[in-house]
Amino acid sequence: MGLRDIAIVGTAQRPSEINSTFTSVELLLPTIQEVLTKVGIERQDIGFWCHGSCDYMSGQPFSFVSAVDAIGAWPPIIESHVEADGAFALYEAWVKLQTGEVDVALVFSNGKTTSGPINRILNLQTDPYMVAPLWPGFHVLSALQARACLEAGVVTQRQMAEVAWRSQRDGKNNPLTLSGTEMSVDELLSQPFTVDPLRAHDCAIPVDGANAIILAAGDAARRLAKRPAWIRGIDHRIDTQRLGARSMIESSSAAIAAQKAGVGKDRIDVAELHAPFTHQELLLRQAMGLSESTHINPSGGALVANPAMAAGLARFAEAAESVFSGSADRVLAHCTSGPLLQQNLVCVMEGE
Amino acid sequence: MSEADGLMRLRLPIAVTYNWSAGPNATSHLAGLLEGKLIGKRCPSCLSVYFPTRNGVCPKCARILAEDVTVGPKGTITTFCIVNVPFLGQKIKLPYVAAQILLDGADISMQHLIQECEAEDVRIGMRVEPVWRDRSEWGPSMENIEHFRPTGEPDQVMGSESGAS
Amino acid sequence: MSGTSSHSLKNGVFVAPLEVAFPYKRTVGTLLSRFFTSLQQCHLEGTRGSDGRVYFPPAEFDPLTGAQLDEWVTLPDTGTVTTWAWQAIPEDGQPLAHPFAWALITLDGADVPILHAVDALRSDRIATGTRVKVRWAQERIGGITDIACFDLLGGAS
Repeated sequence: MGLRDIAIVGTAQRPSEINSTFTSVELLLPTIQEVLTKVGIERQDIGFWCHGSCDYMSGQPFSFVSAVDAIGAWPPIIESHVEADGAFALYEAWVKLQTGEVDVALVFSNGKTTSGPINRILNLQTDPYMVAPLWPGFHVLSALQARACLEAGVVTQRQMAEVAWRSQRDGKNNPLTLSGTEMSVDELLSQPFTVDPLRAHDCAIPVDGANAIILAAGDAARRLAKRPAWIRGIDHRIDTQRLGARSMIESSSAAIAAQKAGVGKDRIDVAELHAPFTHQELLLRQAMGLSESTHINPSGGALVANPAMAAGLARFAEAAESVFSGSADRVLAHCTSGPLLQQNLVCVMEGE
Repeated sequence: MSEADGLMRLRLPIAVTYNWSAGPNATSHLAGLLEGKLIGKRCPSCLSVYFPTRNGVCPKCARILAEDVTVGPKGTITTFCIVNVPFLGQKIKLPYVAAQILLDGADISMQHLIQECEAEDVRIGMRVEPVWRDRSEWGPSMENIEHFRPTGEPDQVMGSESGAS
Repeated sequence: MSGTSSHSLKNGVFVAPLEVAFPYKRTVGTLLSRFFTSLQQCHLEGTRGSDGRVYFPPAEFDPLTGAQLDEWVTLPDTGTVTTWAWQAIPEDGQPLAHPFAWALITLDGADVPILHAVDALRSDRIATGTRVKVRWAQERIGGITDIACFDLLGGAS
């Protein structure tokens, strides 16, 4: 049984905002129209639509139902939704394309991360009996992981600050992100702790955003893009939810997903890693075996723009664009989900 | 807290407060309600008039609704139900009638209450009009209309323009 | 879910606070019923996994094999901090209203840690390896908050 060749053929990302006054539908509709226009096709050419979002971000139960307004479900369309980052919607679309039922799919995601208390909302991902009633918040859990890594010697404060410095530098060249401050590594290291041992620059900036990606199979992909970003391997793995029952100083799920996606088979030019905290980028690089020759997060990454539930799909858009432009031949896109890198999705794409 | 089956139940309430935005495309609709006007929007593609304006988007065409259109205030009942069961958060005395009302000039019906008549007299095609609350209670909300009541006009014969879609 | 009419205009767009609230009551099942019932009575119990590791709070199902766990292990009220973070400004619903430490704490005789608060008062009084002791809540309802927090063993200085 052979797999179909499937590629990303177009992307669109909405510039990041804080406290956006647009509704989720208003964020999505122009973004979806933009990607259709870029690829040069109509709504009616899309065989399958898949959406990633989270009701808790939108502040509206069943918000994904009204989000269908942004794509126009008339005549009725084939649509699906994952209550997760859009990267997982992309995985579902890839599977749908593999079935051979459709040749073109559109994946979209949105996150209104700043309209509610994001740190408190993400707490709701934790064990509802043992952890959530204490309301530790997302930053606290990551701070526990960061200290474990620091004390084990897996990362250093300076390495973490270097990740932040590089992300802020590269983010300033990316009009889609909110530019960070321009501080040197030493200046970053002199900043106060927010949740000791994390400083503000160690934590991703929550933003509101939306994005959309078009996938196509075989000849359709060659027709729709000059240089499609062919998906050569894609896999996702999850660790136990139980805090403390898995290692705090490594990510075994990221390591397995990377191995299954074929990361180590050849050199990776660009890796777009979805790391909401600086130490997590360092853990991911180790887990995936990425070398110094790989350019990490030329977009600035999620640290400088983290639209929750869209930040993972944004990594796919950024990685694919570097293939489209010819600036990279073999790229990696990654998405994480849950506290402390609980779940990891890894995809390797190549130009031809 | 332990119950008769010996198993515990934990009360684990969740409450999150958001800063909710209605979005720029809803502004004319909501500002109209503040002045006692019913303002919908027309789709530039299929020309349907939506009231309320649903994110300012035509769900059939996936287009931004561009043009403001004043609708109503009278309308026609396209379907209804008689509510006899109490439920959490209920504010209205039982039994009451919830109806889909197609406002004059709109293409999509909206839901509201029918009062000032017996529940058994309500019927599809009945003409109704809004009863507004005291102006001092108005906000940018459909709650400014307390309910709809029969106008006494002859029934409208409902055809394919029933707005039930 | 309830809206309010305390709207305002931001750049010509209507905005308003919106509270989304769900008053969930959850059934915790057989194993956790026993755990929370004993917790209410100031009794600490964990479960033993297939690899011999002791989980506190108890694991219902073995994280390695998925098997239902039923071997109970009684544990003392003392343990050791394995990692920690400092909450300088406490938030609503958290165990303590003044600055405190969050920690993963492995109870003596357990292998897998619990997340809870340590009333350390100052961040320089806690470290990985610090010994701590359960402080029981005055009013216990059968829930993880029946442990009010952990105190530094040896008392306040």
